[in-house]
Amino acid sequence: MIRIKNLNVELSGFSLHDIDLTVEKGEFFTLLGPTGAGKTVVLESVIGIIPIEQGRIYINNKEVTNLPPEKRDIGIVYQDHALFPHLTVYKNITYGLRYHKVNGKEPGKNLSFIIDRLSLVPLLERSVKHLSGGEKQRVALARALAVDPSVLLLDEPLSALDPNFREDTREILKRLHVETGITVLMVTHDFTEAHFLAQRTAIINNGRIEQTGSIPEVFYKPSTPFVAEFVGMKNIFSAIFNGNKAKAGNLEIKISSNNNNSKKYIAIRPEDIHVSVDKQSLPEHNSIKGIVSKILNHGFYCDLCLKISDVNFTAIIPTNSLINMNLAPGISVYISFDPANVHAI
Amino acid sequence: MTAKKHTDPFIWLAVSSSIIIIAFILFPLIEMVAQPTFADLIATAKDKEVISSIWLSLYTSGMAALISFLFGTPFAYLLARKNFWGKNFIESIIDLPIMIPHPVVGIAILSIAGQNHWLGQAMSSIGIRIMGSVTGIIVVLTFVGLPFYVNTVKAGFEAIPSRLENVSRSLGASITGTFFRVTFPLAWRSMVVGMIMCTARAVSEFGAVVIVAYHPMIAPVMIYERFTAYGLKYSQPVAVWLIIVCLFLFLLLRIFSVQKKN
Repeated sequence: MIRIKNLNVELSGFSLHDIDLTVEKGEFFTLLGPTGAGKTVVLESVIGIIPIEQGRIYINNKEVTNLPPEKRDIGIVYQDHALFPHLTVYKNITYGLRYHKVNGKEPGKNLSFIIDRLSLVPLLERSVKHLSGGEKQRVALARALAVDPSVLLLDEPLSALDPNFREDTREILKRLHVETGITVLMVTHDFTEAHFLAQRTAIINNGRIEQTGSIPEVFYKPSTPFVAEFVGMKNIFSAIFNGNKAKAGNLEIKISSNNNNSKKYIAIRPEDIHVSVDKQSLPEHNSIKGIVSKILNHGFYCDLCLKISDVNFTAIIPTNSLINMNLAPGISVYISFDPANVHAI
Repeated sequence: MTAKKHTDPFIWLAVSSSIIIIAFILFPLIEMVAQPTFADLIATAKDKEVISSIWLSLYTSGMAALISFLFGTPFAYLLARKNFWGKNFIESIIDLPIMIPHPVVGIAILSIAGQNHWLGQAMSSIGIRIMGSVTGIIVVLTFVGLPFYVNTVKAGFEAIPSRLENVSRSLGASITGTFFRVTFPLAWRSMVVGMIMCTARAVSEFGAVVIVAYHPMIAPVMIYERFTAYGLKYSQPVAVWLIIVCLFLFLLLRIFSVQKKN
């Protein structure tokens, strides 16, 4: 279990403010945020490399705030692997064992299991300089797990890998987490990784935690406009609420919730917007006519930008549908979206 | 029909400048090496005073490099790994011995090592003599060679990602353990290069040494003495032997540098 209480860090040109975060025992938790948001600084504060201004850090209910990194019982895997280039694969993996002796003997109970699970047996005597990205990442994982740490910190471990290796390594991570039951805090900016691996997530921006919650909670019920935009809600409008209606610009939109006293924005995921040239084929709720202003083709799908009254909507549609409907800028279309998919923020 | 290659005038300028610079460095040296006869060179190589001065040069320079290694390595590590208030100032202090005129270095050292200074008196009371001694020569050569060692090794430490050290510590190694198991094995080559740089710089020192210790005579002082006392013909063979030694040192430096890049 990792508990970060009121963590404040001051670095030249960057600071972390009042970070409160709890990763439960055995949980796989992701810290999501854009580049420069402070994700790695949080990890390096937990591991004890960065001096902290204020706050406390607990690992398995033991305070480690003032302990050096070697006394914290935390494993870390970096994006660039950080393997020791002068050592072989085996010596990299067993590097930490001498510091974790029990009754004078190096712990090795997990070693063969980890080496086997990560398919490293054929690589053990090789130099780490000549491994592929995926192999290097597996060695880095094995090295961190070999000393059986209480928690594992992963700093964008999949970002530097080729797409094929990335999928394999993601599966390996998932399997290892299930099999070892280790507590994992992973930093990433990749939603797929968060969806695939994590039970809960936190969104960090400019050194502050914006929202913490389960993956569906954060992705479908964002609590701030930043989170809404970050998780891909491309339609975020300031709105005035009145009962189960919200007024964005001149547009009146039906929403499902009545209790929106403190809310200021509405947000709609672009994939929740249905598009048709024919009004009859669309559900009746929030059915509005608009004009295509721009089409951004991403290959298999397109971003369809629409001007409706004084509001700009973005919908995502399959490229096939775009061709079937013969859509182009300037053409009138109808959109509709379920009031339940309009999120008040 | 082959297309006519057009070479940019800047390339011609670069090539001509390179030729001029190489000639500027090599021509006087080649002339000096070529002028003494083979018999003169052999005779000089058998001259006990010459052998002893070259040996003293190498010994004192080697000691300067060793001292630089012992004290300069932790200092270079600190500069490479830690940010602290006044770091830029400290780094410019390290470069001072490179900029100060050499006789001024000698005078500065004598001014604290003499009997009029408390440090000189303290050293004298425990039997350490700077003026006219091998110890004095080593002190001067360390002074002038240290910046070369510290700067080279600092760059070597900086080239090692600090994440390797972070991982090592997360695996249970202390700062000392991490230094000896990760940092040193990856940085030793830059330390060797730094020691060679320091030795090479120390071997060529004259101005500061001649103020602090004319005797015992290191090779550059002997060359100067033979030149003033007997003329060019008698100083050249000693200079040739010193150049050969320096060339050997720089050859070693190049070999280590190339291996490092690879």
